[in-house]
Amino acid sequence: MTNHWNDLQNSDCIFIIGCNPAENHPISFKWIEKAVDNGAKLVVVDPRYTRSASKADIYAQIRPGTDIAFLGGLINYALKNNLVHLDYVRDYTNASFIINDKYAFEEGLFCSFDDQKKTYDAKAWAYELDGSGNPKRDASLKDPRCVYQLLKKHYARYDLDTVCAITGTKRGDYLAVAMLQLLLGNVGIAGGGVNALRGESNVQGSTDYGLLFHVLPGYLKSPEFDNLNLAAYNEKWTPTTKDSRSANWWGNTPKYITSLLKAWYGDNATPENDFCYDYLPKRSGNYSYSKIIEKMGRGELEGLVCMGMNPAVGGPDSGSAREALGRLKWLVTVDLWETETSIFWKRPGVDPKQIQTEVFMLPAASSIEKEGSISNSGRWTQWRYKAVEPVSKAQSDLWIIDQFYKRVAALYKKGGAFPEPLTKLSWNYGHGHEPDVHLVAKEINGYFTRDVTIIEQGKTLVFKKGDQVPAFKYLAADGSTLSGCWLYCGSYTNEGNQMARRDNSDPTGLGMYPQWSWCWPVNRRILYNRASVTPQGTPFNPRRTVIAWNGAEKKWQGDVPDGPWPPMADDKEGKYPFIMLPEGHGRLYGLDLKDGPFPEHYEPVESPAKNLLSAVQNNPVVKLPKNVSSNLEQYPFIGTTYRMTEHWQTGGMTRNLPWLVELVPDMFVEMSESLAKLKGIRRGDKVTVTTERGSIEAVALITSRLKPFNVGGQKVEQIGMPWHFGYAGLSTGDSGNMLPPTVGCANTNIPEFKAFLCNIEKGGRKG
Amino acid sequence: MGISRRQFLQGGVLAAAGTALAGKGEASVDAPELRTKGATTSTTICPYCAVGCGLVVSTKNGKVINIEGDPKHPINQGSLCSKGSSMFQVAVNDRRLQKVMYRAPGSTKFEEKSWDWALDRISQLMKETRDRTFTHTELNKKDNKQYVVNRTDGMAFFGGAGLDNEECYLWSKFARAMGVGQLEHQARL
Repeated sequence: MTNHWNDLQNSDCIFIIGCNPAENHPISFKWIEKAVDNGAKLVVVDPRYTRSASKADIYAQIRPGTDIAFLGGLINYALKNNLVHLDYVRDYTNASFIINDKYAFEEGLFCSFDDQKKTYDAKAWAYELDGSGNPKRDASLKDPRCVYQLLKKHYARYDLDTVCAITGTKRGDYLAVAMLQLLLGNVGIAGGGVNALRGESNVQGSTDYGLLFHVLPGYLKSPEFDNLNLAAYNEKWTPTTKDSRSANWWGNTPKYITSLLKAWYGDNATPENDFCYDYLPKRSGNYSYSKIIEKMGRGELEGLVCMGMNPAVGGPDSGSAREALGRLKWLVTVDLWETETSIFWKRPGVDPKQIQTEVFMLPAASSIEKEGSISNSGRWTQWRYKAVEPVSKAQSDLWIIDQFYKRVAALYKKGGAFPEPLTKLSWNYGHGHEPDVHLVAKEINGYFTRDVTIIEQGKTLVFKKGDQVPAFKYLAADGSTLSGCWLYCGSYTNEGNQMARRDNSDPTGLGMYPQWSWCWPVNRRILYNRASVTPQGTPFNPRRTVIAWNGAEKKWQGDVPDGPWPPMADDKEGKYPFIMLPEGHGRLYGLDLKDGPFPEHYEPVESPAKNLLSAVQNNPVVKLPKNVSSNLEQYPFIGTTYRMTEHWQTGGMTRNLPWLVELVPDMFVEMSESLAKLKGIRRGDKVTVTTERGSIEAVALITSRLKPFNVGGQKVEQIGMPWHFGYAGLSTGDSGNMLPPTVGCANTNIPEFKAFLCNIEKGGRKG
Repeated sequence: MGISRRQFLQGGVLAAAGTALAGKGEASVDAPELRTKGATTSTTICPYCAVGCGLVVSTKNGKVINIEGDPKHPINQGSLCSKGSSMFQVAVNDRRLQKVMYRAPGSTKFEEKSWDWALDRISQLMKETRDRTFTHTELNKKDNKQYVVNRTDGMAFFGGAGLDNEECYLWSKFARAMGVGQLEHQARL
């Protein structure tokens, strides 16, 4: 989130799309309701009338897979009716930037589409540069090739009637989220922002620490095969700018990657050996989750370790994932419970004797049986304490990973393939039973590897070898600092563990709680907060001051400013607010995206509708798997998946608990009253839902909260279902994720879980 | 002085209740004694969604006796949803994995093993797979050149959004030291 949970209370209008906080982040609704109590309006956009919708001022029904059409319509409406925060748009976004004259969008395709490779060349969408190498701009926003005008032109097709015909939303209910927020001037302010409600207690931390193929800790890019050495890596991944007013914070990449390498290889990492850069694996392809499952299914993977993950239920087309697990030589699972993955080899319908996978099911400690920190959606990193020893023989993941490393490294001391990345790894966390978590946290924060003297604004700062680095501005590219994750620099300083703070005072009254735990970066509670003030440093909304420039004392008051420099208007030292982009301005036009600089609506891969916006039915750069079908005779209904309060993710942590099983004991699917009537289904009946991937059995729940969609004059019904169930646990049931196809987003590879086609019949699964 | 159930429910004898519970905290016939009296407490954060609500865990003699919301926590201020409220059943539950279990190829059942045995076997398998599938250089089809990749192609690591940050960090460090490029988790889904 750019903002954080308590900040929701500061909003005047909360727009909920693609999530259901009353259901899945229930306590957050406390703060949404506070905003509503203070007069805020709540808008919920969802295929179903959800618990969140039941509290809304406006509920708009939307057909699954048409969010871009919906948001594009709002963007068009805002632009046509001048409902934009023009000062913010002109000064803080790239609305005024001029695009090169080759850029075009025609017939559903952006320019530079390679029909053979099915890819775009994003260089064709570049800014036009002036003589100094900076993007040309038109502050009047009138130039036909400025982003603002191109934006208007792009979304002109998203008129009210077309959008409602696509989304199925009733015109009366109707009136690309980040863009809308940028147009409205809502990024950087209290009660604003673009807030992703993340699903797991520490998915924020797990992404911060680079547990994805394309990143290293701190969102540094993982090196590609042709980044031949550290210099080449830095050259490729360090953005540059010729504009002195742009902070271009990723310009610090060399400091962060070097500090990471020092944290990983310690004294072994020296300037002479490129800080052991060579030891890092180099990627030459797409190793995202779905690709790994496909590779596993082809028998090309020997081993898999699931450190608290359940691919037998969590990913799309989970039937294929289960088959794929059987092609492994060995599998290690680490969980609190028996999961569908750990017992895939004896799941219903298979003969274990035919499955040769060696399986290790390791018992893990629960969150209260170990000490450490986790980071919530609002980037608050909170320390947790060990209340009791792990049950029976369970061990913390920290211990288990430590054992893996120590034992494998010991084997490699005797020889093997390229042993150095393991034998030279720096791994010094004490001599206790398990690593001292405080030593790990301190390494993450980082410390000085030698005595360092820094002159900063006339002051001399002296740091001793071993001192914790107080903030990431002191990290260096010369090997004098190490830091496991630059974002967390400041979380564990010489003053102590900032994450463990429990001061719940709220001096500004905006719910920022600056001394409760610690948040990244540098305890800044609202990101991009330099966009909450005018170029002179005056808050746009003085009633909710996030930061304000005190001209007399020449400093900012309030939240940690997003860069300490004077306001933007200061000739000498002012900086633009969007400091993580080289141009310093929020992108209404996204230069680096794989499927175009403006989000364009295409239909989901399995869809009941023809694309009304262009001749291109599906996203042209997305690769389609074989097992998809838009045969409406076979699969006439829209299927979608979602979550519930009472269960969580793949169900291990909830379907083993009697209290929660009592609340929601069975796998069910929801349908409208009209669909039930059509199929002769009554509440409580067993039904079978089928897609091109396979079928599942569930209990029927009939409700007026689901209504069919109006798709081009035709009524199309929807079937919704939770995906929490599986064959393991106290309460079992079929898995919703058996049904969606493996189709990944062009930019992120995240699967299209929530818009597919299916059929439903009364009666349980046959055979 | 006892309080009748009716009086307690009517709330009409708060003064009497105060007399019964104040001071020594002695239980009288009808006044309830705090279940957590004399317990050790510690704070934690809920392991479910990403709101990050605070909880207080009470233990006695090394056993969890109560888990409830932390009233001091700024986000939840003591309240919890049904999952957080059930946290006790994560801590105290017969279905929690208690032992290391191993399933041999083609076997129809798990058998119990020691940690030592399992970890030795796993590290052996990890090394064998890494040795067998380690790619030192790779041919790039576009320019026909060999590039150093130092990557273990036959192994993948998944997980985990439920791990502590410090665990995520060591997992990332270990994975990359193993040459694992195929490192993914729940955020991708």
